[in-house]
Amino acid sequence: MSRHQLAPRPAVRWTIVIVVGAIFLVPIASMMGFTLRGVNGALTLDHWTGIGDPANVGAYRPIWTGLGNSLVLAVVTVGIVLLLLAPTMVLITLRYPRLRRPFEFLCLLPISIPAIVLVVGLSPVYLTIGRSVGTGAWTLAFAYGVTVLPFAYRAIQSNLDAIDVKTLAEAARSLGAGWTNVLLRVLAPNLRVGLMAASLISVAVVLGEFTIASLLNRQNLQTALFVVSKQDPYVAVAFALLALLFAFLLLLAIGRVGRVAIRPVRRRARIKETS
Amino acid sequence: MTDALSAPVTDRAAAITGDNPLVGARGEGAAVQFEGVVKDYGTNRVLHGVDLDVRPGELVSLLGPSGCGKTTALRVLAGLEQANGGIVRIGGRDVSNVPTNKRDIGMVFQSYSLFPHLTVLRNTAFGLNMRRVAGREAARRANAALELVGLEELADRYPHQLSGGQQQRVALARALVTEPRVLLLDEPLSALDAKVRVQLRDEIRRIQLRLGITTVFVTHDQEEALAISDRIAVMHKGGIEQIGTPDELYLRPASAVVADFVGLSSVLPGRAGGGRVDVLGFSLPLITPAPDGPVEAYIRPENVRLADQGVSGTVLESTFLGSHRRTRVRTESGMTLALQHSVGERVEFGQVVTVAIDDVPVAVRPPTD
Repeated sequence: MSRHQLAPRPAVRWTIVIVVGAIFLVPIASMMGFTLRGVNGALTLDHWTGIGDPANVGAYRPIWTGLGNSLVLAVVTVGIVLLLLAPTMVLITLRYPRLRRPFEFLCLLPISIPAIVLVVGLSPVYLTIGRSVGTGAWTLAFAYGVTVLPFAYRAIQSNLDAIDVKTLAEAARSLGAGWTNVLLRVLAPNLRVGLMAASLISVAVVLGEFTIASLLNRQNLQTALFVVSKQDPYVAVAFALLALLFAFLLLLAIGRVGRVAIRPVRRRARIKETS
Repeated sequence: MTDALSAPVTDRAAAITGDNPLVGARGEGAAVQFEGVVKDYGTNRVLHGVDLDVRPGELVSLLGPSGCGKTTALRVLAGLEQANGGIVRIGGRDVSNVPTNKRDIGMVFQSYSLFPHLTVLRNTAFGLNMRRVAGREAARRANAALELVGLEELADRYPHQLSGGQQQRVALARALVTEPRVLLLDEPLSALDAKVRVQLRDEIRRIQLRLGITTVFVTHDQEEALAISDRIAVMHKGGIEQIGTPDELYLRPASAVVADFVGLSSVLPGRAGGGRVDVLGFSLPLITPAPDGPVEAYIRPENVRLADQGVSGTVLESTFLGSHRRTRVRTESGMTLALQHSVGERVEFGQVVTVAIDDVPVAVRPPTD
């Protein structure tokens, strides 16, 4: 039997799936194995059951605080992406196309700056921020808004490139829509995929961020896990697994919400132009 | 499945009932005026003081080659571009500082501009929603507009499920549903196949006449402009070269630019003198006076015929065009001349024929060399 497609054979396909899957799953499985390790190598659930133990509530409090902070940070960062970055990109596309390249460069820049370098520059900024809006953990979202720029930018830009923003906006304007309606009722629904991807990746980056929070002395999920790991490495790994699961479920939920938000497109046969 | 485009045009016209709420909704359309409108892009001046009066209910085409400023003029009228000078009036009111969404216009774009995430019906109702008309009233009026363009059956479809011609019809319905004072058409047909283009062109004209809406139609296709316009403004290098009815433009072009752009012509050297011009031995009247001396004359193919007496030449090619033939002849003096003649008069490549030019007024330009 000859195959005319370029697709790899099932054996090759499965090999790829298994290898890639192993790269993801082996560390996770190892973490799981670690949390189940008892004295003298015996298997035990003690480390897991200990999480729910009222006696340990005080010890694990940092984690719950960190989780709460990280969630707030995720929400604020997504807010920055959706309410600041996205409208700016639309504005550049519509009004200042010449700024596109410089803006792209600016947005992609953070990816080439190590977090530790970023912090050096951010510390004096955060002194000012601390004085003006306080030192709440949520203020970290300003820094995260910068670190997620490259990812969020790419996600939104590829969507902007795929639709004719200018004509859609002009058509809406000619029909009597003000700029708010142009953005919310015409452009946003057509940029849904890009905005969703940008939000997802922002949430993922925020939930996994350690360096900036640690160096700026803020507590988030990752710094809390680190603190707890010094007291009890087993439980810290257990929490890391839970955090992973949590992030996974959160991303899944956000993705689902995004899909439901738009009415399903009914599929019908394309009508042929018969004339 | 019924395809609205496959229905004969006349049937569809008949299907538009007299009680369509859009018909006669606005009474007289609004007048549109340009007074010395100037537009610069950086240091590049694209409109050099355009003056234009469009009467209420009139369809005026802006015709010209690409880069002549016709689309810019339309965009200034729509408020999508800000003029650098001059006044634009709609219904007598200066709208220079009125934003697009408050100008009460309907516009159809060259590229497909339907909102991809909305059904045909919701696309059509969009302008009504923006004017706080919603629910049943909006649906009723949107359906009426779709009926006007013969697409009421496709109300539940999404734009990607429609052909190009259907999308432009929906765009037309969407532009008309709010009963705007002016309809602006920016080369709406140029992305369509030839046959659909002619159908939709005729339909636009019929709807425009029916609604009595003032319409400005931008096109680079002279045939399109000649077919549907009340008047045509020929634009050239950012200004209006001539404005007139299709007949005037075709029969009495005010300048060489217009003669060149409207209709087909053979350009032949001649000599002007005493209000006439001598071309290939024929003395023809001039449309507009020209200084005596050498000129180049525009000779329309339909004013040249096969004759017993005249200039002899060799047939270069002869094309059958259904209702007539178009033949190019090279004269003994080396000029190439196009002529139009009946299908019955058959000529072959290389055949020597005699042609004559009718005694009708012609346009001339100074010699180009």
